[in-house]
Amino acid sequence: MTGILRRLSIGGIVGLVILGFWVAMAVFGPAVAPHEAGAIVDMDVFLPVSAEYPFGTDYLGRDMFSRVLHGARYTVGVALVAALIASGSGLLLGMCAAVWGGLVDGFISRALDTLISIPSKMFALVVVAAFGSSVPVLILMAGIIYTPGAYRIARSLAVTVNAQDFVTVARARGEGTLYLVREEVLPNIIGPVLADFGLRFVYIVLLLAGMSFLGLGVQPPNADWGSLVRENMAGLHEGAPAVLMPAFAIASLTIGVNLAIDVLSGGRRAGEAG
Amino acid sequence: MLRLVAARLGLGIVSLLLVSLAIFAITSLLPGDAAEELLGQYATRETVAGLRAQLGLDLPGHVRYLHWLGGLITGDFGRSLANGVPVAQLIGSRLPNSLMLAAATAAVSVPLALTIGITAAMWRGGAYDRAVSMLTLSVVSVPEFLVATAAVIVFAVHLRWLSALSAATDITSVAQFFRVFALPVFSLCCVIIAQMVRMTRAAIIDQLRAPYVEMAVLKGVGPFRVVLRHALPNAIGPIANAVALSLSYLLGGVIIVETIFNYPGIAKLMVDGVATRDLPVVQACAMIFCAAYLVLVTTADVVAILANPRLRHR
Repeated sequence: MTGILRRLSIGGIVGLVILGFWVAMAVFGPAVAPHEAGAIVDMDVFLPVSAEYPFGTDYLGRDMFSRVLHGARYTVGVALVAALIASGSGLLLGMCAAVWGGLVDGFISRALDTLISIPSKMFALVVVAAFGSSVPVLILMAGIIYTPGAYRIARSLAVTVNAQDFVTVARARGEGTLYLVREEVLPNIIGPVLADFGLRFVYIVLLLAGMSFLGLGVQPPNADWGSLVRENMAGLHEGAPAVLMPAFAIASLTIGVNLAIDVLSGGRRAGEAG
Repeated sequence: MLRLVAARLGLGIVSLLLVSLAIFAITSLLPGDAAEELLGQYATRETVAGLRAQLGLDLPGHVRYLHWLGGLITGDFGRSLANGVPVAQLIGSRLPNSLMLAAATAAVSVPLALTIGITAAMWRGGAYDRAVSMLTLSVVSVPEFLVATAAVIVFAVHLRWLSALSAATDITSVAQFFRVFALPVFSLCCVIIAQMVRMTRAAIIDQLRAPYVEMAVLKGVGPFRVVLRHALPNAIGPIANAVALSLSYLLGGVIIVETIFNYPGIAKLMVDGVATRDLPVVQACAMIFCAAYLVLVTTADVVAILANPRLRHR
């Protein structure tokens, strides 16, 4: 723990604070928001930023600040669950492939390679066209799309560890697969895997925000931040804060996570080798 | 080397086939089918069965897949469920618009991104490099629609230079062409350039760590000459790779940008198709996008093979 504290840079602290704030809002957002998500608080639509309405009002005269807080659980919560699915299954498959090797490794790798040759947005659009858009579909879809990437990272890390002497020793003294994975491989790859998890989370936030922006993500009356941008697009030509604020919320979240990833050793940032 | 290239091309074709299988499987897994959807809930069992037979939905899955695949190859994409127009006709009228947008974006972004990436690598660690890194990191970690909406607010709302809506029809003069394309191309370029700069810079800096660069520096070669004469020629492969991969981000970006600017391209067609669950349109558009993506990725790999001098004489 002290090791992590010592590595904290200003950027890392800012990132962790932003991330902590939005995760807290995903849980407590509806409780602390000044207004109900659907409450029309003012007859004037697209009001500018004011003390009463810190993010202005939306196209129906609802308080944007409250709507962003209510939306946090759809943006942060949904993406968090999806990222857990992606990183969890990627890690599990990657470690199995590394420890078992041979045919299992070949089969899993080829199957997931096919998935990688479909661009993520394309996959998402096709899935939504086939199954419609609901929160479980979105979670599962995003989880599947980002499994191959998590798998590649976890597998290459696990293969390196698997070739180390201490694993050979453990195997020679007759330890089972479960022991090897849990006691020998996992503790040695968890740092980079956590950094990768942060990256998956960012990708999923951006993907789902994009889908909602197209009207193909979270459906009304619920709204994540992408939907909030979409429904207020009419205010774009007046430069209303209702359009920009939810988009800034997404940007603060993704940049915050990127800064926080740097705290973890072996951190990679978004955009470096996809 | 020819064998390597041929193998890579073969792999690309196999991937495309697998992708078509995946897309067909996903879109055919749904419980209700197109016939029920078209006829609504008051349809009798006979009319549904009749329409199913007419649409070929009563055939087993693999037969339908082969039939669909055969159609794709011969240019018969089926008919739109929404309005009965042949999908090929819909795509034919939209594809040139999207290609024009993509070409304009590539023409602007590639030279600009390479210049920024190479200069950032030249002055690496300096203020310019840090500013470029920070800016590009910010752009790649925010949603594409933020870039596009911010561009509209700045250029169309505050400065009033450009109009926010674009229509690719009735372009008569160069000025008009610029007004229509400026904002969509600018938004797309921001995203693409950020990706490409990061990858180009990384590719050159990777080369700068090589022993031959250290040798050149020890000989007293200046920093510019090291980058331009020594590192750059060796980084051509990775950079071409970066260009092709960054251009594949066009596919994602174009979906958002065409929607925001209401641009009559193929991505807008696909998004509308998804919203109305017009599966033949979605399938065909998805295949076009996936094929374009695979072409770019395969090109990147082939260029990397061709640019690698160690493989040149095999």
